[in-house]
Amino acid sequence: MSKKYDAGVKEYRDTYWTPDYIPLDTDLLACFKVTGQEGVPKEEVAAAVAAESSTGTWSTVWSELLTDLEFYKGRCYRIEDVPGDKESFYAFIAYPLDLFEEGSITNVLTSLVGNVFGFKALRHLRLEDIRFPMAFIKTCPGPPNGICVERDRMNKYGRPLLGCTIKPKLGLSGKNYGRVVYECLRGGLDFTKDDENINSQPFQRWQNRFEFVAEAVQLSQEETGEKKGHYLNCTAATPEEMYERAEFAKELGQPIIMHDYITGGFTANTGLSKWCRKNGMLLHIHRAMHAVIDRHPKHGIHFRVLAKCLRLSGGDQLHTGTVVGKLEGDRQTTLGFIDQLRESFVPEDRSRGNFFDQDWGSMPGVFAVASGGIHVWHMPALVAIFGDDSVLQFGGGTHGHPWGSAAGAAANRVALEACVKARNAGREIEKESRDILLEAAKHSPELAIALETWKEIKFEFDTVDKLDVN
Amino acid sequence: MPFKSTVGDYQTVATLETFGFLPPMSQDEIYDQIAYIIAQGWSPLVEHVHPSRSMSTYWSYWKLPFFGEKDLGVIVSELEACHRAYPDHHVRLVGYDAYTQSQGSCFVVFEAR
Repeated sequence: MSKKYDAGVKEYRDTYWTPDYIPLDTDLLACFKVTGQEGVPKEEVAAAVAAESSTGTWSTVWSELLTDLEFYKGRCYRIEDVPGDKESFYAFIAYPLDLFEEGSITNVLTSLVGNVFGFKALRHLRLEDIRFPMAFIKTCPGPPNGICVERDRMNKYGRPLLGCTIKPKLGLSGKNYGRVVYECLRGGLDFTKDDENINSQPFQRWQNRFEFVAEAVQLSQEETGEKKGHYLNCTAATPEEMYERAEFAKELGQPIIMHDYITGGFTANTGLSKWCRKNGMLLHIHRAMHAVIDRHPKHGIHFRVLAKCLRLSGGDQLHTGTVVGKLEGDRQTTLGFIDQLRESFVPEDRSRGNFFDQDWGSMPGVFAVASGGIHVWHMPALVAIFGDDSVLQFGGGTHGHPWGSAAGAAANRVALEACVKARNAGREIEKESRDILLEAAKHSPELAIALETWKEIKFEFDTVDKLDVN
Repeated sequence: MPFKSTVGDYQTVATLETFGFLPPMSQDEIYDQIAYIIAQGWSPLVEHVHPSRSMSTYWSYWKLPFFGEKDLGVIVSELEACHRAYPDHHVRLVGYDAYTQSQGSCFVVFEAR
């Protein structure tokens, strides 16, 4: 039955608050934490969020009647209290699949976290989680290779991978930089990493870095008999320059490149990831700028959403924080989003911050990367928290060794293998961490010195963004 | 007494991937690792290769993967039989995971003589 055009301003909740709605399997579902302006009813604010992030605008418009808005509109179908917080609430919104272009994370975010975040009726708004429907997931490219392929290419099985960022992060010449890469790899690391700030600066242009690094990788492989790699950062000012760098890395026979997906952007990331799939290259993903977006507990986007988006856009490794090191991140929340990176199905579990069941179907998994302010005493906890499908990266904890980077690398490798061996043998590695490390150090002077060097260093600050639980 | 370190020389070592940085395992320690593989529901598999080819993707299978084998003793005797038959080869034990199509565990038990 056709409707009449009734000009004017209607309350959002008349159209966009539908508590009887049962979400479809094909709907994209979102959970927002909403903090409205004082005096505005919850249903009205929640409906406004649904409207402004989908089909609505502030006024009724005649052209709405040219289509079937009932088919296209987003709907708020549930409101929940936030435990321990009186001023905010959760709004659950269902978006029909046809609101989004196939395979475009960019398009999803432009709708869900677009204009609505500046909306005046809101004081704060935070996107806590998205349930991506299988019908959308199957249109996304996903990781170019995935965990299984990366293990096979790098010949690394039965343990976490071990890496390190080259330091100092800025200011080394290409040849000096390659020297540090060589030292780390010959000492027993699997990977080294360009710092995210390293692109192509005057002190070290990218071709020069790539060439020296390739030589270091080659030499360390020959000498150790193990597969090695270095994440060559291809992040650049334009996509054309990124592809040029990626092509050169491939020409040099390198196994892996790197991209900064938030500063670079989702469109750039998805493009580079597709290139990696086509060219047999692994892709390491850095997340500079994430804390600007995800750290405030009431505003922005939770990192679990950014992690899910990355898995869909494409990447074989993603930084997730360390739980125990110098950077923000509590244990349960981190476990929640590393599940989203690696598992094929993740059930709703509020104690881990996951608001929806999420089925990933056949999408490959992404390695979780723990990096930042960790050292050898953290190794047992890291192995327990992150499990085998992870990359543990020690920067200062490698180069800071009194004998230099090669000995620091060896110390970390011995500690890692001792922890894995002990875990497999049924020992509780977090409880027995001290014994396990000290036993291993009997056979490794490098580890003994590392344990002595970092014995007092801890980073014990309270987490700013905590899970909302009673 | 405060700890004092002098700078030592780190010599590069040729290793064979996982557990390459630990001392050789005792019989009991190897048992523990086999028990772990079996407890995970993985299939034990024995592979061997001449040291000149140790970096290649494919090492030779010893027989076939021991699908469904739960007896630690059987796996130990197969490892030893492989080592006796190819004393100049590296012999490794794999925990093959059919679900991920990957190796949940993989380490060298006997290095080539």
